[in-house]
Amino acid sequence: MNEIVEFLVSAFILVGAVFALVGSIGLVRLSDFYLRLHGPTKASTLGVGGTILGSLLFFSWQERALQLQEVLIVLFLFITAPVSAHMLAKAAMHRNLKRREDTRGGPWKQ
Amino acid sequence: MSRVLPFPLLSLFLWATWMLLNGFSWGHALLGLVLAVVLPLGTQSFWPNVPRLRNFPKLVRFVLVVHWDILTANMAVAILILGPPRRLRPGFVELPLDLTDEFAITLLASTISLTPGTVSADVSEDRRTLLIHALDVDDQDAMIRQIKQRYERPLKEIFEC
Repeated sequence: MNEIVEFLVSAFILVGAVFALVGSIGLVRLSDFYLRLHGPTKASTLGVGGTILGSLLFFSWQERALQLQEVLIVLFLFITAPVSAHMLAKAAMHRNLKRREDTRGGPWKQ
Repeated sequence: MSRVLPFPLLSLFLWATWMLLNGFSWGHALLGLVLAVVLPLGTQSFWPNVPRLRNFPKLVRFVLVVHWDILTANMAVAILILGPPRRLRPGFVELPLDLTDEFAITLLASTISLTPGTVSADVSEDRRTLLIHALDVDDQDAMIRQIKQRYERPLKEIFEC
């Protein structure tokens, strides 16, 4: 396989993996539910995005034709991820979960 | 035309999805075409009034801007997460909405959630305010202004609502 392609594929996968890792670290380190919600949204955008770009490039090169199935993964992820994050946040507010004391503002009463 | 294809863009999207999933062949092209016509017809009553797309180039521009923001915001948030957690200034921010259409509001809320550092948490019952949780807020008003200018205004122009 051409070295340049190999290098690019590795770079994309590494970038994706690093951001997925940072997202997971955030999940562990951050202190309340709302803050933790931010970790997975990162992992699901750049983390998956990078990995998928690498995969797309690899298989397009191997098959000598543009493979676009991966684009579908990104598309469906981008449609569904915000909805689940929204529902999680709503559920958290409904149950009145604890927030970090220095959080500015707060959920409204409805 | 509108009787057979109530949502032409949705039909196109379904057909393209089918072709991408199955690889190109004439059989699948035909089957995909049937599905692209039947599925929107069958689910028609579940859809809210989707506004007409008025400005396609603006939509492309919007998608590019969002992708760029996801990229840059990811770096910024990664640094925030790896830094000392005490330095974060989390907060709930209320964003007054100019958009009135439900579909456009959904797109705005999704965009806000996709860009790292902000998650849209709730919409007020009168659909006039969006509650956002942010990881690190320096200046609430600046943040609101930025979201309005970068995401809400283009969406307003794209759908003209």
